[in-house]
Order: sequence, then C-alpha cells, then structure tokens
Amino acid sequence: MSDYDDELTRPLEGAAAASAAEGPTSPQVGRDEWVARHGERRTRRGGWIGTVEQRLARVPWWAWLALFVAVICALPGVFESGYVRRVAFDTVVFMLLALGLNIVVGWGGLLDLGYVAFFGVGAYAYAILSSDQFDIHLPTIVTIPLVAVIGGIVGWLVGLPSRRLTGDYLAIVTLFFFQVFLTFTNNGDNIRGHSITNGPNGILNVDEFEFFGWKLPRATSEGLFNVRYLYVALVFFVLVYVALHLLNDSRTGRAWRSLREDPLAAEVMGMPVNRLKLMAFAFGAAVAAMTGTFATALNGSVFPQNFEFPLLITVYTMVILGGAGSQAGVVLGAVIVSVLLEALRDPGDARGYFYVLILLALAAVYRTSLKLVVVVGGTIVLGVVARLVAESIDGSWTAGPGEDAGPLADRAADWVIVPARLAEWVGPVTYISLVALALLLTLVSGWVRVVLLVPTLYLASFVWENVLLPQPESTRYIVLGALLVAMMIARPQGLLGEKRVEIV
Amino acid sequence: MDTFIQLTLNGLTLGSVYALIALGYSLVYGILKLLNFAHGDVFMVGSFIGFGALQLLGGSADPVVPVWLLLILITLAAMAGCAVLGVAIERFAYRPLRDAPRIAPLISALGVSFFIAYSMQLLFGADQRDYDAFSMSDGALFFNGFDIGNVRVPLLRIIIIVSAFVLMALLWMLVTRTRTGKAMQATSHDREAAAMMGIDIDRVIVFAFVLGSALAGAAGVLFALRAPTFAAIGFLAGLKGFTAAVIGGIGSIPGAMAGGLILGFAEAYTQGYISTKWSDLLVFVILILFMLFRPQGLFGKADIRKV
Repeated sequence: MSDYDDELTRPLEGAAAASAAEGPTSPQVGRDEWVARHGERRTRRGGWIGTVEQRLARVPWWAWLALFVAVICALPGVFESGYVRRVAFDTVVFMLLALGLNIVVGWGGLLDLGYVAFFGVGAYAYAILSSDQFDIHLPTIVTIPLVAVIGGIVGWLVGLPSRRLTGDYLAIVTLFFFQVFLTFTNNGDNIRGHSITNGPNGILNVDEFEFFGWKLPRATSEGLFNVRYLYVALVFFVLVYVALHLLNDSRTGRAWRSLREDPLAAEVMGMPVNRLKLMAFAFGAAVAAMTGTFATALNGSVFPQNFEFPLLITVYTMVILGGAGSQAGVVLGAVIVSVLLEALRDPGDARGYFYVLILLALAAVYRTSLKLVVVVGGTIVLGVVARLVAESIDGSWTAGPGEDAGPLADRAADWVIVPARLAEWVGPVTYISLVALALLLTLVSGWVRVVLLVPTLYLASFVWENVLLPQPESTRYIVLGALLVAMMIARPQGLLGEKRVEIV
Repeated sequence: MDTFIQLTLNGLTLGSVYALIALGYSLVYGILKLLNFAHGDVFMVGSFIGFGALQLLGGSADPVVPVWLLLILITLAAMAGCAVLGVAIERFAYRPLRDAPRIAPLISALGVSFFIAYSMQLLFGADQRDYDAFSMSDGALFFNGFDIGNVRVPLLRIIIIVSAFVLMALLWMLVTRTRTGKAMQATSHDREAAAMMGIDIDRVIVFAFVLGSALAGAAGVLFALRAPTFAAIGFLAGLKGFTAAVIGGIGSIPGAMAGGLILGFAEAYTQGYISTKWSDLLVFVILILFMLFRPQGLFGKADIRKV
C-alpha cells in the first residue's frame, strides 16, 4: 500500500522541483518536450558536407532573400533575349502566387481550390479600374493596394459560408466559387443589358503601370519585353515576402500553425478558429489579387481562359514541391516548376533533359554501386539490340525524324526506336504499359527492381521520344499531376519543408 | 404541358446518370472519408473504353453482334476497365496515404485526376468522340418508343433510365443483402470497430472502389450514348456527381440516388424555363445553399466530432 502511495506522489514532486528550477531546460507546462526538441534529434552529417550544411543553416533568411533577388536582377544583364526576361517575370508572378497559397495551405492547413479565382478577381478588378471599359483610370499607386483590399474582401466573403465547414467541405465550396467565377466572367457580357466582363472576348487595352508620372511601357522600342516590369514585380515580391515572414513569426502566425496541426485542440485552447481561418483566406486572396494586377498590366488584356483549372494545379504543385509551410520552399518550388514548364514547351530543348534527369535520379538512388552499372549498361544493351532487331525487320521502324538536338540526345537516338510513322495503337499501348511498369516498380525491391528497371527505362525512352515529345502541352500537365501524387507519397514535406511530427 | 413533360424526361435521363456518378463518390466517402476527385475522370475513361469496344465490335453502323448485345457488351467492357482503374488508383495513390493528414490524400486525388485527364488527351487527342447511336439500328432507338401526350419517349432514353435504375437496384441489394455489403456498412459506420470484429478493411475499401468505378464506367457509356464525349469532360461530370452526392447526403446510398435526380431535374428545368447559359451556376448555388443550411444533405446524419 505504501508503495502505491509513493507511485502516486512521485510525479508531483518531480513537477514541483522542475518548476522551482525555472531553467531554460526544465520541462514546461503545455509543451511536449519530445515534439519541441525533435530538431535536435535529427542526425547530423559528418565530414565536410556536414560542416557546410551547418554553416549554411546559420545564414540568416534575409541574406538568402537578398542573394536570390540579386541573382534575378542580374539575369537581364546576362541574357539579352526578351524571352528569358519574360520567363523571369512570369516566374516572379508564380512566386507571388505560391507565397499567397502558402498562407492558406501551408500555414492554415486549409484546402483552397478557388485560389486562382482570386488571382482572376484581381486581374479583372485592375482591368475594370484602369481601362476604357467603364472609363475609369485610377493611378497605379492607388489601384494596386485597392485591388489587394478587394481581393481580401472577396476572400473573406467566400470564406464566410465555409467557415463552419471543415476540411473537405471547404475544398468543395472554394472549388464551386471557382466555377461561379468562371461562369460569371464567361457570361458577364450581358447582365441586364450591360457588359461587365465582355465574356470570352475579355477586356482589352488595359492601362500600363504609371507611378507618379513615370510611365512603364509594355514593350521596348524594339518590341521586346520591358524589363522594368520585372523590377517592379520583384520589389513587390520582396515586400510581400518580408511582410509574410514577419506575419509568420507573429501571434497570428503561431495561431495558424496550431490551427493546421489540430483545429479541434486549437478551438479548445480558446483560439478564435473561425476568425483565423477567414484571415488566412483573406490574406491569401489579397496576395493573389495583387499579383493579378502585374499579369494584367503586362499583358494589357484579361480573358476568362487565363484562370482555369490547370493554373490551379500548377500553383499547387509549386507549393507542394517546395514544401508547404516554408516560404523559401514555395519560392524554390515556383522557380523549379516554372522553369520546368518553360523547358517542356519546346520539344527540341526538352529532349535531352529527360536523359540527364534519369541519369541524375539513378545516380542519386544507387550511388556508385554495381546496381547502377547493371541498370545503365543493361538499358543501353537492350536498346541497341532492340534497335538492330527492329531495323532488320523493317527499315522504316527506325527511320524517325532524327533532329539535331545536341550530343546527348543524338547518342540517345542511336538506340531508341523512332519509327517514321507511329501506328495508332502503339502510343496508348506503350504509354499504359509504361505507367503499369512504373507502378509495379514501387511494389518490388532489391534486385528484382533493378532487373525490372531496365525494360522500364527503355520503354520510358521510347514513350518519351514517340508519344510525349510530340505533344508538349499534355506532357507538361501529366508531369505536374504525377509530381503531385509522387510528392504526397514520397516526401509530403516537400523539398525545404519541415517534417511534421505526428502526435497520437 | 408538353414542354414540362419533355423537360421532366430530360431531367430524368440526366439525373439517372448523375446518380450513378454520385454513388461512386458516396461509397468511397462513406468508408474512407475521402473525396475522390479522380472519380469524374474514371467516368470519362469509361466512356472512352465504351467507344473503343464499340469500334472493336464493328462500329455503330455495322456491328458484328445484335444491337442489344452490343450495348450490353460495351457497358460491361467499360465497367470492367473502370473497376481495374479504380483499384489501381486506390492501391497506388490513396493507400500509402491512409494515415497521413487529411489534406494529403485530397492533394494526391487532384494529381491523379489531372494525370488521367491529360493522359487521355495525350493518347486520344482532345477531339469529341461520338457513339453515333442513331445509326446503330437505322434510328430505331430514336423513333421507336411510346408517347406521353404529344411527347415521344424514345427507346434510347428508356434504355438509359432503365439500365441506370437496374444498376442502382443491384447495388442496393449487394450492399444490404450480401456479407461483403454488410461489411461495407459496418466499416462505414466505424472503421476501427469493424476491423476489431474481424472485417478485412483493405478488402472492403477495394470493393468500394470496384463498385463505384464500375458504376462510373456504366454512367460513362450511358451518357455517351446521347452526347459526344471528350478528354476534358471528367472535371465537370465529377463536379455534378459530387454535388448530387452532397445534396443527398454524402455517404448515403439512397441520398446519392435522390441527389442525382434532384440535380438532373433542376438542371433540365433551368435550361428549359430560364436560360442554358446560367444552368451550371444554378447547380453551384444549390450546392452552396445546401452547404450553408444543411451540410449533411437530405439523407445524411449530422456529423458529430468526437475527441
């Protein structure tokens, strides 16, 4: 019996002693030590890689930001082409969109499927406030904040019906808001006889940016992209990034994170859950709407088809790839996805990247082991044999268009079968077998996987050259879809995100 | 009056297809609490498989089998193909995420939906595919039938409506009368308790995907008999099916049937009496109203969160 008493009192004594110590290492009430210190348990790498990693981890966030912005600013100096500058501008727009979505998805943990509609609201608001549509021409310096506020209010309103609804229901309501937005913009050319959005024809001749009399023409005198737009967008990017960083460190930011981890627990702790959700929505929508002004001012026009479902998936892929919840992560994700999509636009350029990526991935997985040699060697041997066999049966089977596309792609063309004309059934059959083989690979391991990898890689090269490359538009979105699924399964925290600690 | 009968007929045809799609959402949601965004794309794949089977059997103008057998065969092909697709989606995209935070399988589902839609566009192009049911029996499917007042009810519509209701009746029997069906009900009621009672949860989940996807495949064929299909159709069809499931109460089987019919009628009457342009908008407004005032739908039970 006395034993039992002791067992009951011991933890109490321990707690009293700990609170008396008041040291920074003492256990605190309401704080899970194991969770709070999980970062310390991460295994540190040894050797020079470990040292570099630790040094890099100590560089403050604003130094990274400054470096990143400096690199983008230097881009137009290095590349003369208007194309590269235009891609850089689009990337900055995507980075802003990703930052906004990160507030809702990464910090708030809410699935907002209407995000792109807020981007559209911003774009249309800017177009209406500075064009001949209603003959309103507000100064740019007023319009940009005004549009952001409009976006925030719309976000708040959309959030209102869904605030009581959790998880999936929120996704539905936002998705339907997206559809309502599209229906409205497409049919807004005749509302009681008035044309508000001009329907599918869009609003044309939207004003260029003008700050205090300093006009920013869209195109330079040679008709190229005006690089000043890139700088203006960058300035706003830095402002938004810093503001959001401070917001994330504030009381609100911490509250959002607790909301994401467990909304029910947050509510029980007395947090205004509904208000926090609405705030996350409104902030995300405001950033998206503000971004809409840049895109519209540069394009000079706005159409309903600029804001469709693929754009939503693109922004989601950026956030998930980079790491939802990490600002640096989503910016990195935006850069990677934007450049990837641009690279896939031109089949000639994209051709060789595929083989480079495959080789890099293999090297990363198998390092320098016998398996790597077997896989690469086996694939090349299989390829050469298959091509020779195909050539001896029918010469036209390997007489495909051998475009000149750099040394690496030429080597590939030596062993991949590229028929002059593809029979109708070949595409679907090889593509579906490739998907099936790739899925099968995830089920097996060890040497079975190595052996299976050889035909998979060869089939992948075949499909890439014959099916995917000729249709870059579909290929881009297939890659995004596959990337989303693969990231959620293999690395849900993304590239730079922090791994969530599950508390059960 | 004639217009009204015609619109009711339209609504019934549309609604029975929506109900079949909605059932797939409800079955999966009931058990996994997961919104299967890829379901609309399974429907689209079903209509394409039906089209492929139709071409293999000689095309609609000159089929190698009698028309009634042709219709049954292409529907069965679509159901079987979609069942395989549904199981593959579950196995590779959802099962690894079963214990992940709720947002993870939703994002994965978005990715799957996108992947399937654009894969189909890659392989078969963005063009519309027409089953050309008119030439299947020299127009008999359209001209034969019976009259209500001055409105002709063509055979094709009767086939679509009757097959949809037969399939729903079969599903209802399967869920309420068989052992597997009862296991499904138990799992949807309380997954952990069902597992403790010795029910193989994985098998039940796979079964739900098989049933839901097969119904979506059948819906794909029934839909494509009257309207051309194309690779991007899955998104909107998914949204409609999903709205129907929510109206009826997601997770409830009779709810999905009722929701589908309500949605079909609402759409048909709006198109007939108001405007075709805004009929999609009405659907969304109905959904948002339901979300606001009765999120559990007509037949669902209010969701009580337990800690």
